[in-house]
Amino acid sequence: MFASPWLIGFLMWVIYPIFASLYYSFTQFDAMRPPRFIGLANYADMIFNDKVFRLVVGNTVYLVLIGVPAGLVMAFLLATLLNNEFKLRPFFRTIFFLPSIVPVIASAEVWRWVYNPRYGLINASLKSLGMATIPWLSSPILAKPSLIIIHMWAQGTAMVIFLAALQDVPRALYDAALVDGANSWQRFWHVTIPMCTPAILFVMLTGLIGMFQYFTLGWLLTQGAPNNSTEFYSMYLYRNAFRFFKMGYASALAWFLFLIIVTFTILIFRSSARWVYYGGE
Amino acid sequence: MDQVATEVQLIREQRRAQAIQQWHVMLARLAGRMALYVGVVFLGLIFALPLIWMVSTSLKTDPQVYHVPPIWVPNPIRPVNYLEVLTRRPFGLWFLNTMQYCMPTTVGALVSSTLVAYSFSRIRWRGRDALFFLCISTMMLPFQVQMIPLYIIFRNLGWLNSYKALVIPTFFGNAYFIFLLRQFFSTIPLELSDAARVDGCSETGILVRIILPLSKPALAVVALFQFMWAWNDYLGPLIFLNRETLFPLALGLQSMRSSFLEALVWPYMMAGSTMIIAPTIIIFFLTQRTFIEGITLTGIKG
Repeated sequence: MFASPWLIGFLMWVIYPIFASLYYSFTQFDAMRPPRFIGLANYADMIFNDKVFRLVVGNTVYLVLIGVPAGLVMAFLLATLLNNEFKLRPFFRTIFFLPSIVPVIASAEVWRWVYNPRYGLINASLKSLGMATIPWLSSPILAKPSLIIIHMWAQGTAMVIFLAALQDVPRALYDAALVDGANSWQRFWHVTIPMCTPAILFVMLTGLIGMFQYFTLGWLLTQGAPNNSTEFYSMYLYRNAFRFFKMGYASALAWFLFLIIVTFTILIFRSSARWVYYGGE
Repeated sequence: MDQVATEVQLIREQRRAQAIQQWHVMLARLAGRMALYVGVVFLGLIFALPLIWMVSTSLKTDPQVYHVPPIWVPNPIRPVNYLEVLTRRPFGLWFLNTMQYCMPTTVGALVSSTLVAYSFSRIRWRGRDALFFLCISTMMLPFQVQMIPLYIIFRNLGWLNSYKALVIPTFFGNAYFIFLLRQFFSTIPLELSDAARVDGCSETGILVRIILPLSKPALAVVALFQFMWAWNDYLGPLIFLNRETLFPLALGLQSMRSSFLEALVWPYMMAGSTMIIAPTIIIFFLTQRTFIEGITLTGIKG
């Protein structure tokens, strides 16, 4: 039990804030005066009165439902390409991986410049080819897809996980499928994908949990603009806590977020019995 | 005679069919290779271009920055952009500030996660598995839930605007690393510990002399990931620090945007970004194997 001081410390550090936050969520609390108990008023406010809240939930669900699968498909595509023997493979693996270790603060600046409406890499190239420019982050319709593109660019971690999974698929299975006359597309669908479902489940879950908490890129790049089309859940939560000093309301938002994440996680786990194949080796 | 002729004819046709089939297989393989190379090169370009564009912009003079079509190789080159970022803004100070909390958090994560993981995996005690489960389930908890109470605690302790708020929590362990190390420690045979115990070795001795030397790869992963996280962290410093002399790079780069004229800011921002990215890329190249192993270790092998 010589590690018990650390254990107690760890629990204090995590468990106390959880309960404190739960308590704050039932109070009106501006961080100056002591919290005042108001029961479920914060939650009621959130669900029945707050129009921005509804918008923010919609934006975040959009990001999760489109961004997570988009990132996953990109990561799987990259891993599938890298799973072939070819010259310069380590070089390309590095190229595909690097964006994911670029600090978010730097990638925000780089993409702000790439997306610049007049002189950015994309629009300047389009203009010089005589094509129409694209309003990327300044269009309420395109702003979210633009952020998803950045997300798809930084898929190195998922790619490495998929690559490891692909390399673990036993060769014998492919040979057997070949004997049965399966073409390469059928082999991909009926051998590769099922054998990689545990990895897909893992990447999907972590991706989902991360995406619901999406903050830094949105906060740096758009601040919710244009027309609140990129105001995401965590950004709205941060604003309530540290800009409007509605700590009680923000705590209620945090708990609601936690509930959403838990619900989604449980749903995916439940469904995973039907599509995840464990029986690997 | 006739029969022989038809037989010869048959064999010829068979051979021709075989040749055609072989040719088809080769063609399909060739097409596959072509598609592979085209796909890899095309995607590789798309993935690399933003960073190449960043470095290119960071070396440009102003007219080249706003040139349409975009210029890839700047001429003349203006490396002074970097010097100006370093001298006109306290970039060096931000760098030192970042180091000042990245290093201690790495030590904190290593020490605390090792100890906790050790007691979770190598010592038997009541309630251990329940506590471990609790610890693991906190990984699902969004930081947003803890954020506000932590802010209040740190304010009451007077830790706001100091690195204590960022560093001290790492000394109490991190569920992710505890999980990783516990899995790793569990693979070390228990007989080793038992033998050491018989020889009169204390728990601390077992940890330091037996477990740690065998766990170097996992420890490297913890140190590396913690350092990278701290280096990349934006939300933590944003909440806990608001004095500019304490800014790490993450907050500094943001504040830089407003201190140069909008029309002149791009080369400086790109030079700053390049300087923030450079250390992570250098670390990546030096520790590539640990890095990749770490991801696979925590990913599916965990």
